[in-house]
Amino acid sequence: MLLIPCPYCGERPEIEFSYGGEAHIARPQNPASLSDTQWAEFLFMRGNQKGAFRERWIHTHGCRRWFNMLRDTTSHEIYAVYKIGAPKPPAPGEKPAAAKKPATRARKGASK
Amino acid sequence: MKRFSVFSLARNAFSHHEDWPRQWRSPEPKPEYDVVIIGGGGHGLATAFYLAKEHGITNVAVLEKGWIGGGNTGRNTTIVRSNYLFDESAHLYEKSLQLFEKLSQELNYNVMMSQRGVMNLAHNLHDVRESRRRVYANKLNGVDAEWLEPEEVKAFCPIIDISPDARYPVMGATLQKRAGVARHDAVAWGFARGADARGVDIIQNCEVTGLRIEKGRIVGVETTKGFIGAKKVGSVAAGHTSVICNMAGFRVPLTSHPLQALVSEPIKPVHPCVVMSNAVHVYVSQSDKGELVIGAGIDAYNSYAQRGSFHIIEGQMGALRELFPIFSRLRMMRSWGGIVDTAPDASAIISKTPVENFFINCGWGTGGFKATPGSGWVFAWTLAKGEPHPLNAAFSLDRFTSGALVDEHGAAGVAH
Repeated sequence: MLLIPCPYCGERPEIEFSYGGEAHIARPQNPASLSDTQWAEFLFMRGNQKGAFRERWIHTHGCRRWFNMLRDTTSHEIYAVYKIGAPKPPAPGEKPAAAKKPATRARKGASK
Repeated sequence: MKRFSVFSLARNAFSHHEDWPRQWRSPEPKPEYDVVIIGGGGHGLATAFYLAKEHGITNVAVLEKGWIGGGNTGRNTTIVRSNYLFDESAHLYEKSLQLFEKLSQELNYNVMMSQRGVMNLAHNLHDVRESRRRVYANKLNGVDAEWLEPEEVKAFCPIIDISPDARYPVMGATLQKRAGVARHDAVAWGFARGADARGVDIIQNCEVTGLRIEKGRIVGVETTKGFIGAKKVGSVAAGHTSVICNMAGFRVPLTSHPLQALVSEPIKPVHPCVVMSNAVHVYVSQSDKGELVIGAGIDAYNSYAQRGSFHIIEGQMGALRELFPIFSRLRMMRSWGGIVDTAPDASAIISKTPVENFFINCGWGTGGFKATPGSGWVFAWTLAKGEPHPLNAAFSLDRFTSGALVDEHGAAGVAH
């Protein structure tokens, strides 16, 4: 069982959480203009990375808040947790992303 | 290939069974093949077998990064059935079940097919309605199916608790009598032996590390044993399909999850069939060794580690104890996990891809074993002709663009 460090509540066992799949999949800005291929990309196509993977979790039986987690899908090692909308912490071996100005973010909740 | 028979058994008894020939060769890869298959599990080996047998294509290599049948083929709960709701699925799985019924004779290899019947339990009114609908749909598709009332369930499987005050009372079940279990290892080994005898090279300990693509067309694969040229490549990599497709430069609608299973200590024969329950979430049969073979659903998170979390096992043990009070003091011996590739509609993808001459067979999720011969049969057709067979035409990659999903999630239930 994973011991998940909720950014709001601290370390709690996995059974308190629910999984939200891959993180940072941005909702289309202009849904009406999307082609079928673009819809398929948004709805169904996934990176499914082997190794460092960014994913969403919700602390269902705790604070009931969503957050992001950076975890290795081969070792299950948790590298980082970060709040929705916070800058992505770099994966091991990855260069830190250039700091973005918060103003460029579309809106709170729609991460990326 | 030396045929197995009662005479060869007797002959080898004189030499204390020390002179049985190897069942397949361990060749070094040739520089080029007509078809290279990535993944030496049941589906990959079946594909190679049917390519050679049905289509006369024998210049084929099966590349396996570990040993054949050591992935999900050796880790599943061996259930074989075809009682799927939708026409597309029912036809495909029924083809597979029909091949399973004759597989031991066809391969000259005892796959220990045991058509002991599979019951899918209904625990509430919605389950009852959905199950009866599935029985009617199955009958229309020529798949044997019947509806059992609780007393009939008890008659078919006497150890089950049908008392109405149970937390999840048994309100009936669907039964497919032709369904059952088969020996998973034997299926892989039988296909390997049959394919090898027809000239297919089975290359183990050979991991694909890259794909060589020129002008949108695949020309070969990079492996830990060097470059291997190929006119056509079929990926049958199950949980690692996304890794292979990322090498090819496109994404697939798959997520990889651990699926756990476990076996109990061996006991005398008490469990005559296969029982599956989606609501309380467990499926169980008894192996010929006497062990209960138990499985349930996937772990929620993405993973490529062949293990899962303990609370999943705890949940399925609770379900088992609820349905079968007789098992309450049974000890569990081993548990393990495999990595399954689940598609959004819980149906397989057997398809052409954006890369010319590169084909994928994946997305079998939690229920691939039962499809092993059928999957190989249609994928061999697809590789040989460059076009899908009518049986797998609906299972194309572009259904996620067109929207024509084969949405078995609600129909087949979570347990496969």
